[in-house]
Amino acid sequence: MIVADKKPMEEIIEDIKNHDKVLVLGCNECVTVCEAGGKKEVGILASALRMYFLNQGKEMKIDEETLERQCDHEYLEEIRNIIDQYDAVVSIACGVGVQFMAEKYHSTPVYPGVNTCFMGATEERGLWTERCQGCGQCILSRTGGICPVSRCAKRVMNGPCGGSSKGMCEINKELVCAWQLIVERLKALDRFDEYEELSPIKDWSTDRAGGPRKVVREDVQP
Amino acid sequence: MRLTYPTNIKIIRVPCTGKVDLLHILKAFEKGADGVYAVGCMEGDCHYTSGNFRARKRIEQAKKILDAVGVGGQRVEMFNMASSEGPLFAEVAVKMVDDVRALGPNPIKLQKKKAA
Repeated sequence: MIVADKKPMEEIIEDIKNHDKVLVLGCNECVTVCEAGGKKEVGILASALRMYFLNQGKEMKIDEETLERQCDHEYLEEIRNIIDQYDAVVSIACGVGVQFMAEKYHSTPVYPGVNTCFMGATEERGLWTERCQGCGQCILSRTGGICPVSRCAKRVMNGPCGGSSKGMCEINKELVCAWQLIVERLKALDRFDEYEELSPIKDWSTDRAGGPRKVVREDVQP
Repeated sequence: MRLTYPTNIKIIRVPCTGKVDLLHILKAFEKGADGVYAVGCMEGDCHYTSGNFRARKRIEQAKKILDAVGVGGQRVEMFNMASSEGPLFAEVAVKMVDDVRALGPNPIKLQKKKAA
């Protein structure tokens, strides 16, 4: 899922302070799971903002709404009837949701209420770690299901590098060396002989380096 | 024991302080409460293992938010005691009321009155 973290409230206050009617818009998907932008966080943020502006003596209408997703037309359409009541939206969906919202409702300013961080997993409640960078050409079949693109600081394809020490990465002693994990996993799978095979040069054109990307599936298009 | 404690406290019973949500606390202040405190079981004695620890974390979160919005984090506290400690319950109630009284009324309540 896409992992996001709450933005400091001061930043959000600064963004919306000149508006009078604001909608705090949450998303029921990834950001709900990482406890940054779901219905509950909408309630907390909206309540805090109402108190802040009331305390400042500023009359401000701050309402709450949470959509199933903000990255799909059909769910964003659900607020078409109410969007005119507001002169700004604080979207606490990921960056995708904020942008899709801004594209759809062109004349309403949309401000982000979270910092979108990465694609990752919930290791435990309150701890999310990166697992995928969407490089567009998955090599997990060769690396025992552990991704050197997202989990190795150098994105080394034939690792580990010289900075791996006692299974940890040189950039941070608490960061496990991805290639150490790959070696251990290949051994556990009884596929350690594959480690000797050199990885071919990776085609990075499908990564972000090739510019903004798209997936076109004519077979499912209407 | 015939203990007395301030009458301006509204007790809201919950099955465990672990049930107390950050939103409950914020809504109380939004509606004009001058202070909120949670009274949970002794640490390590929670019937549901960790409910009182969860409550303490939420109280800490509420403090941060209330400080950020200008209401004041000192208006929210957590206390731990056993169900047999009636005298302590009364003592804490008096202390909390005194502390909140020293802080003055909830500024949100004052602003709402002004606007009305």
